Amino acid sequence: MINDGLPFEKPILDLARKIEELENNPSAKEKDLETLGQLRKMYDDLRREIYAKLTPWERVLVARHPQRPQTSDYLALMVDDFVELHGDRAFRDDVAIITGLGKIDGKRFLIVGHQKGKTTRERLSRSFGCPYPEGYRKALVKMKLAEKCGLPILTLIDTPGAHPGIGAEERGQAQAIAANLYELARLKTPIICIIIGEGGSGGALGIAVGDKLSILENAYYSVISPEGCAAILWKNAENAPQAAAALHLTAKDLLELEIVDEVLQEPLGGAHRDPEKTAQTVKEAILRYLGELQPLSTQELLERRYKKYRHLGRFLEGAREVTL
Amino acid sequence: MALRRFRFRRKKEMPDGLWMKCQGCNQLVFKKIVEEHLSVCPECNFHFTIPAQKRIELLLDAGTFQERYADMTSIDPLGFKDRITYAERLSAEQEKTGLKEAALVGTGKIEGRQIMFGVTDFNFLAGSLGSVMGEKITRIVEEAQEEGLSLVIVSGSGGGARMQEGALSLTQMAKTSAAIARFHDAGGLYISILTNPCMAGVMASFASLGDVVIAEPKALIGFTGPRVIRQTIQAELPEGFQRSEFLLEHGLIDMIVNRKTLKKEVARLLNYLAPAS
Ligand SMILES: [Zn+2]
Repeated sequence: MINDGLPFEKPILDLARKIEELENNPSAKEKDLETLGQLRKMYDDLRREIYAKLTPWERVLVARHPQRPQTSDYLALMVDDFVELHGDRAFRDDVAIITGLGKIDGKRFLIVGHQKGKTTRERLSRSFGCPYPEGYRKALVKMKLAEKCGLPILTLIDTPGAHPGIGAEERGQAQAIAANLYELARLKTPIICIIIGEGGSGGALGIAVGDKLSILENAYYSVISPEGCAAILWKNAENAPQAAAALHLTAKDLLELEIVDEVLQEPLGGAHRDPEKTAQTVKEAILRYLGELQPLSTQELLERRYKKYRHLGRFLEGAREVTL
Repeated sequence: MALRRFRFRRKKEMPDGLWMKCQGCNQLVFKKIVEEHLSVCPECNFHFTIPAQKRIELLLDAGTFQERYADMTSIDPLGFKDRITYAERLSAEQEKTGLKEAALVGTGKIEGRQIMFGVTDFNFLAGSLGSVMGEKITRIVEEAQEEGLSLVIVSGSGGGARMQEGALSLTQMAKTSAAIARFHDAGGLYISILTNPCMAGVMASFASLGDVVIAEPKALIGFTGPRVIRQTIQAELPEGFQRSEFLLEHGLIDMIVNRKTLKKEVARLLNYLAPAS
């Protein structure tokens, strides 16, 4: 806890350090123990207080925390008997997206998730979780397999965005994402999408169209990165905190805009403070959604999914404000 | 150096506003000549961005465009403010273009055949996709299906999904794509025409999803903007990168068609793929 703190956690960390000092002090007196108790209470209150009023930008920092659980952690913590399936059958295995078969509480799923990587080496090999077109195509090939074999699909979203580069453009980054939006709208199997970290623009959306879209408390979902938005509209990337607020990208904002179905609570201090508990929350939500979606006929499922997206958008028609 | 002096002198000799710089060849070209050539550079065939109204005149039979949903305008769902408010930005764009929003949709005829038609205007907030454009496109896709019409959309967007409407803009990509999926499943024909520039959220949704995808020559088309890619890879981009010819070479579009023959080519495709019964 002490070494991986975010800037706004400094008061919490200072207090933690003080508590640790007292705890390790062999000559502590009765009076000190009393102080220790008070400090511990202060510590809990302070954490609760600070985390209750994080700014949107601070939440973005939590969503990007290097220790935040990634797809691989959820696979380890809530999935049994995982069989990874590789490649897009056309160009390359893009490991910025992991795809495979797994069981959650005995129920079979096809699982698709962005993976940013943990070590420098892994991050590089996974291009920091920024998929190339072949990543989106790999996801689609596997999702069609799920459709054919009657497996529900779970997608875990955690990407800064689709990879920006020459190769990605040569191989049709825009076309690959568009193809996924098109196909995900019509896949005849339940699709559950959960934003576990960063929901970066089209790169996130490419695997985030489904029957349920939920988001972890400190994750975000945005049309553009706060830095990118700040660079364009403020002409300065340092205005990212203002951009983060303006974009309404937090879980709470997205729930109010009816873009996500549910906000999943994280442990105090963020998902990385207790990955097991976070995975438990996510797992329970997935099973609950599956229970809701599985009884639906294919026609009902697709009709509901169409309406879910059809109803998004706010505008004026004549003088009348339309919320679809 | 000599060239620069020459250009400067030439420009100075002429009254202001008669010359324009071509983005394709960087030459100064005579504005009147460009306009006479349907806003195409006579030197290098670069196709300049044209207003939506002009596009309608070029592509549809005279007087056949019947606009739908003309009274649809954007609101500011997030209370978005950067250096100015979204509301102020919208008024400025409306004043500048004479349009209410960045897309015009409706029905019209191409060589006598009734079609459903949409066009985005780059001049209005870079042709960005917000709730209004998303809703207009979705409605005409649904109506093309209901009315048994083929669909032609001319896309041009520099910004992709509109930042000022946040994730609501992002979801318009999914909404329009879902509508097109249904339209295709019902056997509808959609011809997508890409014009300079066509990027990001628009390109990663409805603009890419045509049964036939046509681009005008030398249009900038792609997902990530060239400036961002250059910054990311810290290297110069190859000549012609993300231009129509590059996309054709990489198998991403069906054909490149000059503005002058665009209407004829679209009519030819319609005759092949959706012959009038
Ligand atoms: Zn030129």
